[in-house]
Amino acid sequence: MIFTLHIWRQKTTDISGDFVTYQVDNIDDDTSFLEMLDQLNEQLITKGEDCIVFDYDCREGICGACSLVINGHPHGEKSATTTCQLYMREYKNQTELWVEPWRASSFPVIKDLTVDRSSFDRIIQSGGYVSVHTGLAPEANNTLVEKHASDEAFNAATCIGCGACVAVCPNASASLFVSAKISHLALLPQGEIENENRSRRMIKKMGDEGFGSCSNHRHCERVCPKGISLQNITRMNRILG
Amino acid sequence: MLNSFEPNGPLESRWKKHLFDLALVAPQNRDKHKIIVIGTGLAGASLCATLGEAGYRVSSFCFQDSPRRAHSIAAQGGINATKNYQNDGDSVWRLFYDTIKGGDFRARESNVYRLAELSNNIIDQAVAQGVPFAREYSGYLANRSFGGTQVSRTFYARGQTGQQLLLGAYSAMSRQVESGRVTHHSRAEMLEIITIDGKARGVVVRDLVSGELTTHTADCVVLCTGGYSNAYYLSTNAKGCNTSATWRAFKQGAFFANPSFTQIHPTCVPPTVENQSKLTLMSESLRNDGRIWAPKKIEDCEKNPADIKEQDRDYFLERMYPAFANLVPRDVASRAVKHICDEGRGVGAKIHGKRLGVYLDFTDVINKIGLAEVEEKYGNLFEMYERITNEDPYTTPMKIYPAPHYSMGGLWVDYNLMTTLDGLFAGGEANFSDHGANRLGASALMQGLADGYFILPQTIANYLARNTFDNIDEHEQVQQALDLVKDRINKLMHAPDAQYSPEHFHQKLGKILWDACGMSREQARLAQAIDEIKALEIEFWKKIKVTGVDKDLNQTLERAGRVADFIELGILMCKDALNREESCGAHARVEHLSPSGEAKRNDEEFSFVAAWEYQQDEVKLHEEHLHFEFIKPTVRNYK
Repeated sequence: MIFTLHIWRQKTTDISGDFVTYQVDNIDDDTSFLEMLDQLNEQLITKGEDCIVFDYDCREGICGACSLVINGHPHGEKSATTTCQLYMREYKNQTELWVEPWRASSFPVIKDLTVDRSSFDRIIQSGGYVSVHTGLAPEANNTLVEKHASDEAFNAATCIGCGACVAVCPNASASLFVSAKISHLALLPQGEIENENRSRRMIKKMGDEGFGSCSNHRHCERVCPKGISLQNITRMNRILG
Repeated sequence: MLNSFEPNGPLESRWKKHLFDLALVAPQNRDKHKIIVIGTGLAGASLCATLGEAGYRVSSFCFQDSPRRAHSIAAQGGINATKNYQNDGDSVWRLFYDTIKGGDFRARESNVYRLAELSNNIIDQAVAQGVPFAREYSGYLANRSFGGTQVSRTFYARGQTGQQLLLGAYSAMSRQVESGRVTHHSRAEMLEIITIDGKARGVVVRDLVSGELTTHTADCVVLCTGGYSNAYYLSTNAKGCNTSATWRAFKQGAFFANPSFTQIHPTCVPPTVENQSKLTLMSESLRNDGRIWAPKKIEDCEKNPADIKEQDRDYFLERMYPAFANLVPRDVASRAVKHICDEGRGVGAKIHGKRLGVYLDFTDVINKIGLAEVEEKYGNLFEMYERITNEDPYTTPMKIYPAPHYSMGGLWVDYNLMTTLDGLFAGGEANFSDHGANRLGASALMQGLADGYFILPQTIANYLARNTFDNIDEHEQVQQALDLVKDRINKLMHAPDAQYSPEHFHQKLGKILWDACGMSREQARLAQAIDEIKALEIEFWKKIKVTGVDKDLNQTLERAGRVADFIELGILMCKDALNREESCGAHARVEHLSPSGEAKRNDEEFSFVAAWEYQQDEVKLHEEHLHFEFIKPTVRNYK
């Protein structure tokens, strides 16, 4: 397969960028989207040009490093999928692809397709934990956890912190990300005690970092590669009263 | 002489006795000490959290854009602990025994016993943090049997146990960042260790965004930087995993132990295209119900598997190992699969002229327990497989092939997890400590967290209490270490005949290592590989091409530096494999296999840890002899 790629190139945070058009050929069905970019970068090295920078690490959909808005869709159009899990067979009928970074003022572009998501780390630092010291823990089975609650907590905890929810939101809200962590801990007896304080601190931090509020567009749930449910936002709002 | 500083006396009381003998730092004095931690996987993040809670000043660094993305996140299966919740006869002693035996008697008894002892505390700690382990309807924690063990001691969170444990450690660490005791730097790569008067006192770090180099000094340095399976180029590791930190440590005087002990995992999705960038692991649990087979006849290999008649299928593991069949240990299964493909009986896409895959077939179990139950058990794994291959494993058998997965080798450490370089500690996969020549399933997460939560915080305190630390900020060694890094970057940026990308060299290295130092190794091939890698090293420094500039976010430069270190490590891996004239665990020397392909250990000559010392472009071998006071070494037999 042959693809025409329009890729966002931006030298630094302060200098505005633009799309640059490239062509890649000899792309196999089983080549992943990121492997296609690898191939393009190899061509750029041969030509002596600076490579296109993009985030990636595990390439199996769990580390949350990869991003990319492809033809307007964060992580591409395929549902419940990260960019690193996309294969070019998905794009048989779309030979022209527009590739952009996440767009949100709280995720400033660092270079090309790479953005700074450290605001997510700071939100977790503001309260996304149970305050338990190493060594303080009681015997694990002393506190029973109802299976349904435990499963729900797990579902919320599978968030990979990629930021697609922010990238797609017209308000650039981080509500799905924040509520997933709040829910995960609120549903467990171990985390319940700190619920209210934790939620208030994390919500405040979200605002301080420049993320918007939720106004029920619900795009976040649709693009989330891990299928994190909107119910988490409802639960968060209930906790906040 | 290597001194492991192992305590003596009854095994059960060694760690307790040692804890009492360790010196302490009083609470009011802890913030006078600064500790550098490199890497934020399970070992690094849990260590940062615990040191921060204790009141030390910690500086942590990771190359990823967030500590939460360290590769521990990708561990699927589970974590072992000896809770014996299932009342099936488990005990600290049994986990200790299984780990020693699984490691084929190439690990220290004292260390492994301590690991088994601490396993329960890890589960308690994780649960208290809110790690959502699987539970029964009664609300109690669930367990499963994993990796062929006879007891159900594995705790798990669906297929994402590593993710949940890492997020637990990351949240505990984040709490300490908020408290101000941990200062964390993401997108920051450690490129040199600062050694002063024989002690590790700091690091040189490259800010991966600006390309700026900075020096950081402290009272001691801890490397929790993971394993080096990416030396093979294709592996199940994340693309960024590298040996650079451990290799810099080696060159500064820390011994590297058992570098050839690498684990090749049998059940991975085979490569399908020649430019493939990584391989994906399919959980070992699939072997509980899937049957592995290959066509008997080479001419059948291209056929649709449904068209291959039952009598033309070779269920080779069942044939070769009737007792354990499809559940033989990882190394035995991997070698058998390789053997079949080498015979030309592999299936799937041809990569460099060879079909690399065998079938893992679920037809029988679907017929036996029904589609719904199979879906309940393996649904998420099947979905993952279909996503990658576009084939439905419910109707078409999966294809699998082995891939490098874990490195048992790593920096040599004593019982305190300190390397041979004073003040330099290593935790998690970066050290060699507990898995011998082969790691058991669900024990990597356990080791990373035991090191970080419970062992290193105590042994580091002891080191701090027993040493004095002068201010070294102005010391000339600090500047020298910085110059060393600058010089190296300069060489990478300006090779005399720059032609080829880092990937080009990495793929070449990977192919040599996979062929010579992969699942089976032999003398002549290893010797040849050493020459080939040495030639590759010369070519690398002549022809490496890095575009862009160094004072910038430049991923090509990052990769080039890591590949340069993998090349040097590759030579040491082959040397170590060549030196070890026996087969043990995952290390299979063709000359030392039984006719049925089982490892023939040579305890008389090789019951030691091979610890390699760097000496001006040469290496010197030190042997730490292993003493088995409590478990008599036996022959592994899976017939």
